[in-house]
Amino acid sequence: MKKNERRHPELSLPDTEAQRLIRHKTRRSFLVGGIAALGAVGAYEWFTHAPAPSENDIPWPQRRVLDFNGRLSEAYLDDKHLMATYPPDKVGGVKVNGNFGMEQPLEPENWKLQVTIPGRAPAFLSLADLKQLAKTEITTRLSCIEGWSGVAHWGGARFSEFTRNFFGPGQPVPPYVYMATPDGEYYVGLDSKSALHPQTLLAYEQNGKPLEERRGAPLRLAIPVKYGIKNIKRIGLIQYTDKRPSDYWADEGYDWFAGL
Amino acid sequence: MPIIKEKHLLGTRWFHWINFPLLFVMIWSGLLIYWAFPTYKIGPIHFFPQWLYDLLNVPQRLAEGMAIHFFFMWLFVINGVLYVSYTVFSGEWRYLVPQSLSTFRHAWSVVLHDLRLRRDLPPQEKYNAAQQIAYTAIVVMGAGSVLTGLAIYKPAQLNWLTALFGGYEMARMFHFTLTVLYLLFFAVHVWQVIVAGWNNFRSMVSGWEVVNEEERTPAS
Repeated sequence: MKKNERRHPELSLPDTEAQRLIRHKTRRSFLVGGIAALGAVGAYEWFTHAPAPSENDIPWPQRRVLDFNGRLSEAYLDDKHLMATYPPDKVGGVKVNGNFGMEQPLEPENWKLQVTIPGRAPAFLSLADLKQLAKTEITTRLSCIEGWSGVAHWGGARFSEFTRNFFGPGQPVPPYVYMATPDGEYYVGLDSKSALHPQTLLAYEQNGKPLEERRGAPLRLAIPVKYGIKNIKRIGLIQYTDKRPSDYWADEGYDWFAGL
Repeated sequence: MPIIKEKHLLGTRWFHWINFPLLFVMIWSGLLIYWAFPTYKIGPIHFFPQWLYDLLNVPQRLAEGMAIHFFFMWLFVINGVLYVSYTVFSGEWRYLVPQSLSTFRHAWSVVLHDLRLRRDLPPQEKYNAAQQIAYTAIVVMGAGSVLTGLAIYKPAQLNWLTALFGGYEMARMFHFTLTVLYLLFFAVHVWQVIVAGWNNFRSMVSGWEVVNEEERTPAS
């Protein structure tokens, strides 16, 4: 008890004096609390109603926070951070959640993959060219930003190996990759670290069969370290770039990094 | 003769009142996120009915919810770490953390007393046994929310944590369950504060309470 006397003082006072003192302390603390509460409400209003950088975006302070979290996550990301993998019989639950950029029917005979690199002429590849690269298969989770997830078995070329064909050993890869559907209606921006992650595939097979059209035939991205929104279907363009590219869902207010 | 006595430390009060709106914003933004995939139910009780979403204007605000959630998570964690450190270093934890198994027996007596099923109360210091359990559990739950939250926020980067909670979907379920438990805690907590009265509530704001000398229990 003695030790606590100093920290928990007691004042023994006459009745009126006690009443006066407690009223004074109460008034002061409620005043301070009230001002603090008003300040907090004001700060929250600013955070949720500050101007947005573009029409459908979130207020700029929120965008700054998401970008900060994204840079932190990108700095921490390592090739050893792997999404859990599963036996092939766990496959299931991957919904077809959108067909942005795929409203026109696919014309397989006209499809080709355009690859652009700053300072070089664009390259055009066929699916057969991609199949020249070693085929990697992986059974892993596709996590939708909405909260649901499913397990898919992907087959395709590692994006890191695909990239190595354009950039020799020791040659730096630009920090960003932009991918878009042939009509340009759907597009994703990626940090190169995530794109070159060992689980990232340019997939042409799902669950042991060639990709279905609604699943992104002939070529889609399977990038388990990102939310589903970055797993672009029907890729028509891959662009290595030095400037952070735009992203369909980031333009709609979502996190640009969207990394897991 | 009335005695004016300091009950709650300045730090305890600030961390408590800062945590209250932070947790509220985390639950609110969490609801905006949960709406996009509202899967949980217990028997016929569906979390949550459509009228509730409509009433609170929740639909179609996933992006906004995520941005708010992933900012306020920082403040929630910082405030929580500061509160726990403060409680440890000030020695206040001695009043709060149950220190013997008899606490659980006494807590049951307190519950019976509060339900008007028992007349007398077990001896107590600043907090009764039920409070000790509740106020310690809520801190453990807070840590649980942060960890399950990280497990579903970064299941690749923190895959060991996600695995610890039984995988991505289990971690999400735990994260949600903890939130429902906060709401139950909140309901009981506010009810108890109302029952305890003004002197008790005032002490959580100003720090001071008025005690009449003749009412003092030997323990205090």
